[in-house]
Amino acid sequence: MDIRSTFALLILFLPLASFVLQIFFGRRLGPKGVWISVAALFATLILAASMLATVVLGTPMDHHPEVEWFSIGDFSITLGFQLDNLAVTMLVIVALISSLVHLYSVEYLRGDVRYTRYFGYLGLFTFSMNGIVLAHSLIMMYMFWELVGLSSYLLIGHWFEKDSAASAGKKAFLTNRVGDIGMFIGIMLFWSVTGTFTFHGLYELVDVDGANLFAGQMGLLSLAGGLVFVGAMGKSAQFPLHIWLPDAMEGPTPVSALIHAATMVAAGVYLTVRLFPILTPAALLFVATIGAITAVLGALIAITQVDIKRVLAYSTISQLGYMVMAVGLGAQQAAFFHLATHAMFKGLLFLCAGSVIHALHHALKQRNDHETDAQDMRNMGGLRSKMPITWITMVIGALAISGVPLFSGFLSKDAILAGTLAFAGENSAWWAVLFPIAGFGAAAITAFYMFRLIFMTFHGKPADAAVHAHVHESPPAMTGPLVLLAALSFALFFTLPQVNPLNSEGWLTEALPQVENLTGHADLGVEHLEHGWHEAHDTAVNLSLTVAGGGILLAVLVYLLSLINAAAIARQFRRVGLYQLSFYKFYFDEIYDALIYRPFLWLTEVVAWLDWNFWDQWFIDGLGRNTVRGGNASGWLDYVWLDQYLVDGIGRLTQRIGATGRKLQSGRVQNYLMWALAGGMIVFFVASQL
Amino acid sequence: MASSVLTILVFLPVAGALAMLFLPKDKADLFKWIALGATGLQLLVALWLLGTFDRSAVGMQFTFMAEWIPSFNIFYHVGVDGLSMPMVLLTALLSFLAILTSWNITKAPRGYFSLFLLLDAGMMGVFVSLDFFLFYMFWEVMLLPMYFLIGMWGGPQRQYAAIKFFLYTLFGSVLMLLAMLALYFYTEPHTFNLIILIEQARHIDVQLWGVDMRWLIWLALFIGFAIKVPIFPFHTWLPLAHVEAPTAVSVILAGVLLKMGTYGLLRISFPLLPAEAVYFAYMLALLGVINIIWGAANAIAQVDLKRMVAYSSVSHMGIVLLGMSAIVSTNRGGAEAGLNGAVLQMFNHGIITAMLFMLVGVLYDQAHHRFIVYPKDYEDESLRGKLGFGGLAGHLPIFTAFTAVAFFAGLGLPALSAFVSELMSFIGGFSAFRTLTIIATIGILLNATYFLRAFQRIFQGPANEKWASLKDLSGREIAMLTPLLVLIIGLGVYPRPALEIIAVTMGELIDLVQAVIPLAAR
Repeated sequence: MDIRSTFALLILFLPLASFVLQIFFGRRLGPKGVWISVAALFATLILAASMLATVVLGTPMDHHPEVEWFSIGDFSITLGFQLDNLAVTMLVIVALISSLVHLYSVEYLRGDVRYTRYFGYLGLFTFSMNGIVLAHSLIMMYMFWELVGLSSYLLIGHWFEKDSAASAGKKAFLTNRVGDIGMFIGIMLFWSVTGTFTFHGLYELVDVDGANLFAGQMGLLSLAGGLVFVGAMGKSAQFPLHIWLPDAMEGPTPVSALIHAATMVAAGVYLTVRLFPILTPAALLFVATIGAITAVLGALIAITQVDIKRVLAYSTISQLGYMVMAVGLGAQQAAFFHLATHAMFKGLLFLCAGSVIHALHHALKQRNDHETDAQDMRNMGGLRSKMPITWITMVIGALAISGVPLFSGFLSKDAILAGTLAFAGENSAWWAVLFPIAGFGAAAITAFYMFRLIFMTFHGKPADAAVHAHVHESPPAMTGPLVLLAALSFALFFTLPQVNPLNSEGWLTEALPQVENLTGHADLGVEHLEHGWHEAHDTAVNLSLTVAGGGILLAVLVYLLSLINAAAIARQFRRVGLYQLSFYKFYFDEIYDALIYRPFLWLTEVVAWLDWNFWDQWFIDGLGRNTVRGGNASGWLDYVWLDQYLVDGIGRLTQRIGATGRKLQSGRVQNYLMWALAGGMIVFFVASQL
Repeated sequence: MASSVLTILVFLPVAGALAMLFLPKDKADLFKWIALGATGLQLLVALWLLGTFDRSAVGMQFTFMAEWIPSFNIFYHVGVDGLSMPMVLLTALLSFLAILTSWNITKAPRGYFSLFLLLDAGMMGVFVSLDFFLFYMFWEVMLLPMYFLIGMWGGPQRQYAAIKFFLYTLFGSVLMLLAMLALYFYTEPHTFNLIILIEQARHIDVQLWGVDMRWLIWLALFIGFAIKVPIFPFHTWLPLAHVEAPTAVSVILAGVLLKMGTYGLLRISFPLLPAEAVYFAYMLALLGVINIIWGAANAIAQVDLKRMVAYSSVSHMGIVLLGMSAIVSTNRGGAEAGLNGAVLQMFNHGIITAMLFMLVGVLYDQAHHRFIVYPKDYEDESLRGKLGFGGLAGHLPIFTAFTAVAFFAGLGLPALSAFVSELMSFIGGFSAFRTLTIIATIGILLNATYFLRAFQRIFQGPANEKWASLKDLSGREIAMLTPLLVLIIGLGVYPRPALEIIAVTMGELIDLVQAVIPLAAR
């Protein structure tokens, strides 16, 4: 077997082995046994990194092994890998975050009731996620897509004794299924026209310069692409399917970092990037619009949240919107770049949040306080001195996500913003300008709420000095990953061997160039696009520095220096209802609950009533009852009327006639003679009339 | 052995039942051991059959034919192909497991187990018959033990349920009988031979009341089979029968009996009257979609776990119908996906629903109730609207794990068997009827909804102290569930062996039916 396939298989199946081991032998191995899983994950990291190293050193990866899963007549499904630079890079991201989260969880979850099972589920997740990354076909991706959904469900519901956790897992699974249905219909549409599920087959058969099986029905192609993207909307928490992600924070925080920030939610973006070559301009516009709405919506909600994980969750939604918008505007390379940088700094931010929550939780427990919410930022403050490593690394994460130069987020965000500017410059329609507005607007808000989080958590006065006294920095197994991820949030790491902090060119852009869109639209040509971004680059840098600086400055004024009274501003916004709109997340949950979920449940009750009370009990059993009634009636007719009345009546009549007739037989000859005479007269009379 | 193997399969349980009649009634334990032995042997024979079965051969295998009632040209004629093979296996497997499930039956065990064996024989007979008269006889033979099993060993409303089941099914049987007689009398020479009828039936050219006789035959057969599937709106006998039947009978009812309906359509309606199959394909797809959504919507509203599983059967059998409707697909790959998917779905639904009913039974045996939520008119007012269980996952990990696998298999999770067959059925349906299939995909969401809701309410959330004393699965229970678990995961990961059994026969059927579609229309 090809060495590349062997590596890919190992990367795929080592985490599955970890799952099987922990689920079946976890209890026997005991808590120490989880180190086997940690080791397995680091092994996948080494394998993936070595593959990426060969790519970076100049050997592009392009390997497509496949085997037949089953084949019947003209229908077959194959399983295989699409091992290219994109997949390898993504594998490294997944393996890196996953192994760090494994390590981190050893401490974070210590003493948990289902400690080993948790590690098993982490393995199942990593297996499924790697499957998505490696999948060579839409159908294989769909399968792992669902398995990822399962592992997410299991991990969100890890503490299933809490109703909120159980509900959150269910909500995540079902909301994702809504998206998956769209994806499934899209897959069937693609298949019914092209007869293939594989990405390569689709690229070939959709290419306008080649086979183009969609010739003359580009609308259908737009629809198919758009529908598959609906799956991505579910997984990547895009408006209007974003509602599950904040609730998913009910899961343990390392899970949030791995699944609900760095990797799984990025799967939608990954799929869209894979799909980009065959997305028509119409489909891309849909993608971009969804992304832009999500980017702004997420950022607006994040401003007012007080739960540290919820701020990060809405931030994730917003950043995913960025990536999706970028693909939609043609900046497919920038989208994946941001996916990579975001995985590092958002993974970092979540693990930092976990470190804070962990510390606070223990401090509260020592004080026998089970009421105070360890995730509410209003209960924090002043933690900087107690948790210096967490503090510094989280500040680095915040700087990265805000798009400050020297940090990775600056590069990728800037590339996306240049993309929005280029698109607006290219497109004369009035709404085109909304995309850069959304992009820069969200960037400003992001910088603001991130530093709001930093200042509320680490600066100022402690909310409760007694609790504060008990807070300690987290153990090395937790801070180690923080330090590593903080290091990876510097721009340098993504641009080597280039060291210019304002220019994103480097190994990553080299390995993952912009790819050609195959649906034949001049504006989507690679050269054309890159020219536009180059033109927009300087403007983008200036503008994004301004908005990031502005956002951070505002946060400093409000939350660090308290020169502006936050409560007063909030009151102003509350008066016009904007504050509530943000705080209550634009009431999405309430609206869905009132307009969809409750009516739907009510409808099922109606259906059940119709089915049972009306159809079965009334109609079907009614038929039965009426049959019985009919039987009774016919029984009555048969016996009472036909038999007793008619038949017996005839009998009785005959008897009566007989009885009467008997009287005639008197035995007297005179009588007989008289009757004979009368009869004869009648006969004579009748005959005479004829 | 080759020519008599099917006869052995059918009559092994009969021998077991006969043996019981000669044994003293008070040896209660003996009967279940005899039943286990008979069904166990039958399963072994079925496995031998599977091993010997030639997957690439066209047509019937292991055929055996003997004169039965020569004056009416009736034969004892049996055989298997890729359509009946999975059903034979399913019957043998589930019968064996159902005996294990019935291990604690104490009420009149001799009657129970001998009736069960007769039921087994009837089902097996239906799946191997190649003579319509024989088929019909087995079809009716099965009805009687079912009636008594529900009516005597069932729940509180058992008599009502049994009578309803019996009358409903009998109504269908009458129509099937009429169709059978029409087929017999309108063909020359008069025959019940299903293989010969494939050639003959389509040439029937008679009218009755101004309607084509073949239409009437198709519709009569259809209603007969539809009641068994059950197809909307003939489905309401099912939840009642399920709820009242003892666990093992539910297992057989949902696992095997429902498949007879779709089996009949594929074995008799499609090949005998292909033009009508094509004509009515849209109706089949439409009813399939209604089944999928109606069944699932009903399942969501149920408060009784067993009833929920029963309605889920309605939904899942709808997927079979949708797949079957792909018979008219102009896309050959689509037609193959649909038909093979449908047959595989029949098998998969059989094992999954069997597992679900067994699990419900395990719970009921201990808790003596199976309410997800106590109904609004529950006798104990303080419990109305309250959760029936809650937090069971905490102290029943094995039971929870088995149920989770069964639930997730039910909602069509990849790597579990139903995913493949549902996927193929949908793809097939899509290649023939796009809009209908798109509507049907809503079922994917609805199925997930009721399974996850039930899972949360029963297994998650705070532990309900009232049920802290429930015990986890016993060794016997694990033994009866594990084969199903292994099959569900095995066929989910590697469905190829199962599909290889089915594929040739379905290819043949598609050829046969599509030959009647005029070239211009293709």
